Amino acid sequence: MADAVTSFGTYRHLVAAQVRGQLSYRSSFVLNCFGQMLAQCTDLVVILVLFSRVASLGGFGVRDVLLIYSLAGLSFGLADLVVGSIDQLPTFIRTGEFDVVLLRPLGTLAQLAASDFQLRRLGRVITALGVLGYVLSTSDLDWTVARVALLVVTPLAGMVIFSSIFVAASSVCFWFIDSRELANTVTYGGSYFTSYPITVFTGWLRTFLAYVVPGAFVAYYPALVLIGRADPLGAPTWLCSVSPVVALLSALGAATVWRRAVRHYRGTGS
Amino acid sequence: MLTDVRALIGCYLRIALAGFHRYATYRQATVAGAATNIVFGLIRVGILAAVYTAQGGGSVGGYDLTTTVTYVWLGQGLLSIVEFWGGTELTNRIRTGAVVVDLSRPWNPQAALLAEDTGRAGFAALARLVPPVLFGMVVFPFRWPDNPWVPVLFLVSALLAMVVSFGARFLLSLTAFWLLDSRGVLGVYQVVSSTLAGLEIPLGYFPGWARTALWFTPFPAMLQSPIDVFVQHGSAVALLVHQVVWAVLLLSLGQLLLRSAVRKVVVQGG
Repeated sequence: MADAVTSFGTYRHLVAAQVRGQLSYRSSFVLNCFGQMLAQCTDLVVILVLFSRVASLGGFGVRDVLLIYSLAGLSFGLADLVVGSIDQLPTFIRTGEFDVVLLRPLGTLAQLAASDFQLRRLGRVITALGVLGYVLSTSDLDWTVARVALLVVTPLAGMVIFSSIFVAASSVCFWFIDSRELANTVTYGGSYFTSYPITVFTGWLRTFLAYVVPGAFVAYYPALVLIGRADPLGAPTWLCSVSPVVALLSALGAATVWRRAVRHYRGTGS
Repeated sequence: MLTDVRALIGCYLRIALAGFHRYATYRQATVAGAATNIVFGLIRVGILAAVYTAQGGGSVGGYDLTTTVTYVWLGQGLLSIVEFWGGTELTNRIRTGAVVVDLSRPWNPQAALLAEDTGRAGFAALARLVPPVLFGMVVFPFRWPDNPWVPVLFLVSALLAMVVSFGARFLLSLTAFWLLDSRGVLGVYQVVSSTLAGLEIPLGYFPGWARTALWFTPFPAMLQSPIDVFVQHGSAVALLVHQVVWAVLLLSLGQLLLRSAVRKVVVQGG
């Protein structure tokens, strides 16, 4: 336990140092942050253009889809902020720098997450928050204490789910060093998938990205509870509010995969 | 004189071949990349097919369902030929000063980079265009061209798309001579270019004013044009002329900018 506390303290110092560094190049930071905001905006533009052609998508109107999109964007943005630098892992393995990571008396995952912390990734979060604020303030939702709690917990649970996806998917690099792009199918692909109601998709793609990779629990199920709708696919009501439990299980799963992967690691030998 | 020209052409051909081999080396990455393109294609097909379900069939923005599905698979294949997201090498070489070596070589730096990029695209055409398109042909309804010239024109248009994309990236990379670090500029470009080129949704879905505005930019020439040539949407001649105009414009601008950049370069210690 004490280990975890020290580790967290060190992590905070490392991150803080990088943030200070990035903020000292003010204009570069602003431009980069703007780029991330824009990245989230292009997804928004796509949804709006689609809805200029149709009134509903997968049985959901534009407000519902925007709610799902903003919750998914918030979750992905936060996860990308916290563990996004794990996509540097192949470089660490190839150059043998991972040896150094193993030698330090700190958690391997925390070190990698702190290795290239980019505050600019907050840009995605800002756009998603803006859209979420707009949707909530213009929709006629029936607010209860439970729903308010759900609204607060959902992005956090989503963040944990996406972080777990990032970690588990990147672990593949320990076996297949050049297959980094494959991880994108569940990270960026997962973000793309979770921004829409899962009713849009069919077949094994839906089964895989909604339940095996628990994408449905990031935004779709919580959004159903918030707007007070039953799942058209017939999921029981309780399933729609278990995202935190799914998040916990995902984190445990990702941690197990990561430990096995690290044990598999062999240095470059020179 | 004639031997000089032949030597120069031979030199560019060898650079192109080197570009081909450079990317052909990473087989695992190629397989992972093609698989990733296919998964993203499935997600895109899901979202766009939902538009036609909601609409009750018919056509949206001049595309029926079969054409839209064909559009997705062609787009997923062309993606790595056109390369929206790569190409930060030049800007890094300018930032570090290594570009001085490139400038003193006995060839035109822009032509040499274009030759290398053509080689890269040649490999991408074989290894990355074929798998998603083949997958789409086998698994989904596919819009076959109704005359044998269409695939030929499509390949010409794909080549032009790659040249236009190269021209734009080259121009933006050169801004590093003035900004010192053009990663922010390139980052913003990478974020918006694919959507404006028609990767997520066909440009035909956009409202009329946006479509008109987009045709005054090089973006449609990078992706939507070769696809439209293949599915025979609009006049192939007009699409190709639009591409040629942008290719010539961007390459000449790049040449001009390069010249003024060269006058600006100060070699440290020289």
